[in-house]
Amino acid sequence: MAHPITEQQAPHGHADAHHDDHHHEQSFWSKYVFSVDHKIIGMQYMFTGMFMAIIGGFFAYAFRMQLAFPGMSVPGWGHVSPAEYNSLVTNHGTIMIFWVAMPVLIAAFGNFLIPLMLGCDDMVFPRLNRLSYQIFLLSAIVLLASFVVENGGFGGAWTAYPPLSAKAEYSLTPLGSTLWVIAVALEFVAFLMGGINFITTMMNSRAPGMKMWDIPVVVWMIVLASILFMLSVGPLIAGAIMLLFDQTIGTGFFDPARGGDPVLWQHLFWFFGHPEVYVVLLPAIGIVCEIVPIFARKKLFAYKTVLFTAFATGVLSFFVWAHHQFIAGIDPRMANVFTVTTVMISVPLAEMMFVIVATLYGGQITLSVPMLWALSFIGEFIIGGITGIFLGASGSDIYFHDTYFVLAHFHYTFFPIAIIGVYAGLTHWYPKMFGRMLNETLGKIHFWGTIIPFNMIFIPLFLLGLAGQHRRIWSYVNFPELASPEMQNLRVFATVSLVIMLLFQLVFIFNFFWSLTRGKKAGRNPYNANTLEWVAPSPPGHGNFAEMPTVYRGPYEYSRPDRDEDFWPQNVPAESSSS
Amino acid sequence: MQLSYVSDGPDKVVDIRGRMPAARRRQVAPNGVIGTLLFVMAEVMLFAGFISAHAVAKTTALSGWPPPNQPRLPVEETAVNTAALLLSGAALAYAYRVYLRDVRRARVPFLIALLLGCFFVAFQGVEWLSLLREGLTVTSSTHGAFFYLIVGCHALHAVAALIVLALQYRQLLLDRLSPGAFAGAQVFWFFVVGMWPVLYWKVYF
Repeated sequence: MAHPITEQQAPHGHADAHHDDHHHEQSFWSKYVFSVDHKIIGMQYMFTGMFMAIIGGFFAYAFRMQLAFPGMSVPGWGHVSPAEYNSLVTNHGTIMIFWVAMPVLIAAFGNFLIPLMLGCDDMVFPRLNRLSYQIFLLSAIVLLASFVVENGGFGGAWTAYPPLSAKAEYSLTPLGSTLWVIAVALEFVAFLMGGINFITTMMNSRAPGMKMWDIPVVVWMIVLASILFMLSVGPLIAGAIMLLFDQTIGTGFFDPARGGDPVLWQHLFWFFGHPEVYVVLLPAIGIVCEIVPIFARKKLFAYKTVLFTAFATGVLSFFVWAHHQFIAGIDPRMANVFTVTTVMISVPLAEMMFVIVATLYGGQITLSVPMLWALSFIGEFIIGGITGIFLGASGSDIYFHDTYFVLAHFHYTFFPIAIIGVYAGLTHWYPKMFGRMLNETLGKIHFWGTIIPFNMIFIPLFLLGLAGQHRRIWSYVNFPELASPEMQNLRVFATVSLVIMLLFQLVFIFNFFWSLTRGKKAGRNPYNANTLEWVAPSPPGHGNFAEMPTVYRGPYEYSRPDRDEDFWPQNVPAESSSS
Repeated sequence: MQLSYVSDGPDKVVDIRGRMPAARRRQVAPNGVIGTLLFVMAEVMLFAGFISAHAVAKTTALSGWPPPNQPRLPVEETAVNTAALLLSGAALAYAYRVYLRDVRRARVPFLIALLLGCFFVAFQGVEWLSLLREGLTVTSSTHGAFFYLIVGCHALHAVAALIVLALQYRQLLLDRLSPGAFAGAQVFWFFVVGMWPVLYWKVYF
């Protein structure tokens, strides 16, 4: 058990391990496994998410090898059967969205950063926070277990459309699909608890003096994402319960023969599923908005515009979901409405991109590793955003629907979010998390070794999609018009690029663990940054701050002409200015 | 450069470690109330999902709603039960108002709220038994499936809330119930009470 004071008096009352002589030494279990400390919980989320990312990446390797060399025995996996192929693509998507993007971007960074950036010593509900991670871990175990039950893991795609997902005689994975639904539902419960914590902490636990517009953008973004998540997840949980009942107790909610409606699931799923895109996107943009001002030594251009566009994105994100149903039998008049809203939502997002570019203008740019990731986020995400406009228009979507064009499009949005955004955040806050700097050279090798192959994977897939290649097909050998040597060469090219990209991740893993002990000591504030997490020691002890900070200004006061130093931390009062 | 810590200030409120100034944070509302409100927000969307799915099934049903071979839902009896639940909500609101002035006088209205809530759940259980006897089950039709799903989900929330209220009633008898905990439980009970008339209107009619 954790120290009783921690449990009862958090977030404002508990002791700091580094400074309090009366503080009991915690055992390994209470410090790292059953901790209520937001930083440890953040790390737990991060390491679990990274472990799941390795599994998700391995799945991608296995099914890409099957597509490039159909029928071949894949090294490390063996022969990929059609059922296995379905299960691999389904769980690749499920893992990467629900067990990598969400836990790392929102839960890990949210837990680690929110109390530090707000200048408080923990979340307002520390025990709820611990429970949130424990349920998340349970959900991951349930999902992993679903791969090894009889008939294997669920193979009905991460969107789980019925009737394929609802009936065992179609999916052929009676246990796998039920465990899949249960795992996803548990995961949502975990994030519900996390979201309640994040929002309440931001409302009630800010450092004295920190007004609404003094909150760093990344905290805003994670909190907005939590609000979006909590408003959108209800209908999907409703749908998941109905799907579970269809699978297990024989109801017919999604069975047309019994008065049900399979398209209903699509609406319930995407009412959550589309805001979900912005749930993971906003924290990634928030991370970029923190990094760019520091390495351009310039105030974030139009702080409030970023927030208002984020609000607008959040509101609009609830009115775009039906663009996933353009060919599922939607009324064409309705399709027109959703075309308009979908194209509209690119306006606030484009504005955010312009804000980041405008921040760079006239700045003193240092191309450090976090900055490289942040800049590549903009470049890659714009490709994803612009290809999305073609899919948002119902006319062109009729052709593109369910082709590799769609697949490449959303990988150009999710890869910047879940991989580039995570690497940007991780390389940026690594010194704060572990007290040491990552190796820059290895970081740059890893950066280029990830970004170049990433484009080499997905640009060919855009071309294949334009040529009409459909998704979720195990082997194209039986489709003469899709089995031409030119198309097969593109598939091989994409697969080889994927293998290269996966191998370059080893550089990061090495750098991560090597720097834990061998990296240069970071000190409190290695980047001369303004936000409050850089006031705390690196790594921050239990309780975060030796002396609780008071805030005097916004987070992005860089290179002010009236000051000698080019930064002005939020907690330094005006009279101590060195000008 | 290393940053120096700032210790400002007129009012030196100090936490147990002697750190500045921990307690000066302004709270929008008690943590428990905000947390419960956020949870309720997600729950309202859950029921919105159920209700929309129900509306889709109802409006597209080919053989009428309810289907001809299925029993009618007990609209009149449930009206009485709805009134009981609304009274329970009112009693709890009254109990909270009294509690803020005189803790002991809140005991009776709190108990009334609790008992009326229990009556609501028990009455529904009896209703379910008679419907099951008449042939309405989760697998008999989509109508039956939606009825048990939506009403059952609400009943689960009611039972959970009643357990919390029962525990709090014990605290109240011991004069140990804190205003924050009471306020949080009250928010959740208002959600259970407030959700019901919507479900009654949408599912029973």
